[in-house]
Amino acid sequence: MKRISSPEGLETERKRILSARDPNKPCITVCTGTGCHAAGCYPVAEAFREVLKKNGIAGRIDLRNTGCHGFCEKGPLVVVHPQKILYQRVKPEDAEEVVSKTIQKGKTIERLLYEHPASGERIAREDEVPFYKRQRRTIFGDNGNIDPASIEDYLAIGGYKALATALLSMKPVDIIEQVKESGLRGRGGGGFPAGQKWESCRNAAGDKRYVICNADEGDPGAYMDRSLLEGNPHSVLEGMIIGAYAIGASEGYVYVRNEYPLAVKNLRIALDQATEWGFLGGDILGSGFDFSVKINRGGGAFVCGESTAMMASIEGYSGEPRPKHIHTVESGLYDKPTNLNNVETWANVPHIINQGTEWYRRIGTDGSKGTKIFSLVGKVNNTGLVEVPMGITLREIIYDIGGGIIGGKRFKAVQTGGPSGGCVPESLLDLPVDFDRLTEVGSMMGSGGMIVMDENTCMVDVAKYFMNFLKEESCGKCTSCREGTKRMYEVLNRITEGLGQDGDIELLEDLAFVTAEASLCALGGTAPNPVLSTIRYFRDEYEAHIRDKRCPAGVCKALITYRIAPDRCTICGRCQKACPSQAIEGKVKSKKPFKILPEKCIRCGMCYEACKFDAIEVV
Amino acid sequence: MDMGRVESILKRYDYQHSSLIAMLQDIQAEMKYLPEDALEHMAEKLEIPLTRVFRVATFYGAFSLTPKGRHQIQVCLGTACHVRGAGRIVDTLERQLKIKPGETTRNLRFSLDTVNCLGACAAGPIVVVNGEYSGEMSPLKMEKLLKQYQKTKKES
Repeated sequence: MKRISSPEGLETERKRILSARDPNKPCITVCTGTGCHAAGCYPVAEAFREVLKKNGIAGRIDLRNTGCHGFCEKGPLVVVHPQKILYQRVKPEDAEEVVSKTIQKGKTIERLLYEHPASGERIAREDEVPFYKRQRRTIFGDNGNIDPASIEDYLAIGGYKALATALLSMKPVDIIEQVKESGLRGRGGGGFPAGQKWESCRNAAGDKRYVICNADEGDPGAYMDRSLLEGNPHSVLEGMIIGAYAIGASEGYVYVRNEYPLAVKNLRIALDQATEWGFLGGDILGSGFDFSVKINRGGGAFVCGESTAMMASIEGYSGEPRPKHIHTVESGLYDKPTNLNNVETWANVPHIINQGTEWYRRIGTDGSKGTKIFSLVGKVNNTGLVEVPMGITLREIIYDIGGGIIGGKRFKAVQTGGPSGGCVPESLLDLPVDFDRLTEVGSMMGSGGMIVMDENTCMVDVAKYFMNFLKEESCGKCTSCREGTKRMYEVLNRITEGLGQDGDIELLEDLAFVTAEASLCALGGTAPNPVLSTIRYFRDEYEAHIRDKRCPAGVCKALITYRIAPDRCTICGRCQKACPSQAIEGKVKSKKPFKILPEKCIRCGMCYEACKFDAIEVV
Repeated sequence: MDMGRVESILKRYDYQHSSLIAMLQDIQAEMKYLPEDALEHMAEKLEIPLTRVFRVATFYGAFSLTPKGRHQIQVCLGTACHVRGAGRIVDTLERQLKIKPGETTRNLRFSLDTVNCLGACAAGPIVVVNGEYSGEMSPLKMEKLLKQYQKTKKES
């Protein structure tokens, strides 16, 4: 392939690619995102390849491995085009039937279709499945249609058109103005207006500028950035190149977690292709603009999501934040003006250029425009990635898209914003989700993790979990953060062990105040949120632990007892076999129900899991 | 460690000390840990203080200064896995292997680590043994899985 050197050349190339493709040609797409990988998608894709080859129809039917479709709960996912029939939990042995029935005879296979949990109705079309129907998949939707390793696939759906428009028919200031007007706010957590950041960086004094893509997705439970990079890396690159041109940067970095090997691999392929085709390198599309991108793999430190820590890490140092009285847009990487945005923010840019600010501003709320991708996980039926317009309510996300709570249990809270965020209770389920509303209720948007919790989740344990995470991830530079998170953890641990005292809640509030006020970066500044929001909405659970020495959710080991209900015990002996501490007394085939000896029980829960008759109770 | 191999990694990054983290990652990937002599060699060749190499090597969670076991077990402790009971799986492994997270059994058979999030939340709790994912794990399933690796050990 020779370099494309003009917008006309790009359009000619696009026409050539499209003319060689028949939109009505049957195509089987297999989702190969990490979720489906864990569920076994590669043997499925291989089985399809063999079936097509064996029947001699490989030329008439396309087979494409795509990025993440989002509905990870039901993986491996297979979609048959052009009808867009969604098959879920597909096994290699199903391949033959999908080809012979659905592709060759146009019949759907009932057992592989999505079944509506309430009505039992089988739904064939992907966009009719409730999980997808209520979404607005602007940024994420193309993932299911393209092979991330094929730049031709990206060009076929209009890829790099925005880049050509921006470079050849817009001035840098016009682009900045358009991004400002669109109302795009940073998707990484802070929610800072992107256009304003770009403008400050462009106006900062200096001869060299950098742009960085933050793909160090450290929030546990959030994986939309990984899925975008894995599934549609060119869209992120296109956004970055447009941003670099607007800002006047000649070099860019993508800082990506090393725990995401597939994202690194697909990004590398995309970088090589973009360079080969002339979207990166010198004189891009004949505009005279030069830009190159390097990949930096992260070292596994949560704090590196903070801009100054990330820049220190790119320079080859430990990732410690610095005071920001001089902003990174003025003095960032190698002391040069640097603009950092996260993966999802960059991926929004081509859409804003292509479809205009008017279109973009129509999506979302007054203060938060556009869509947001959330990872809906935890105790919810339809786990996966969902893209929705800002302003949709939590109830719609969790119940309409997510299909409600697993096992019909009672919803307790949803945790948003990762370790910097907080827990939102049932009384606020009708809250419209945007940057400002979530902050008002003591949580935050963060990067978009949404962890659903039910009646069996202990909120003190959740606060302890996050504090354990934060005390490990605090870089240790600020005493208030290093010691504050550790002391909060100790108090929470004491409470969950039944050693809580009167005054512990107030002590936590004091520690929280100092940690937040006296720490340099956002890690310390927001670290108390999980504690404060759980105290705010679930104070009664704290009090039950402290005063009554009771864990209402039945989670905290020191405060629960396992017991066998004699009337349900079938004397089968499974529990006794599973018990690692010989704490269960009884004899198989005797008449006497089994019994747990409290002094020997280590509360590991093995018997609870082993019992098939729900005879083990937690009290 | 064979210093020729360290050299080839340093060369890959043109001896630029800004690539220190990437070099350490490559050594870790090859050796499963960072041998002390390799770090000393790096400091000398990159002309940077040994304290800087150690500071970076001890700052980032991905690096280990002690050798890892032949079977590496990682339990995901992301929030989604946590609320689905990942903590009990760690308890089970601690009990069975008699080591804590971050440690290796004395016979160098097993290493136990916890990780923050693998991004496969839908299948949580997730356990990864030698790079192989197992989803929807529980203490009982963990015991069974561990037995497979203990068995193959005896046979081999």
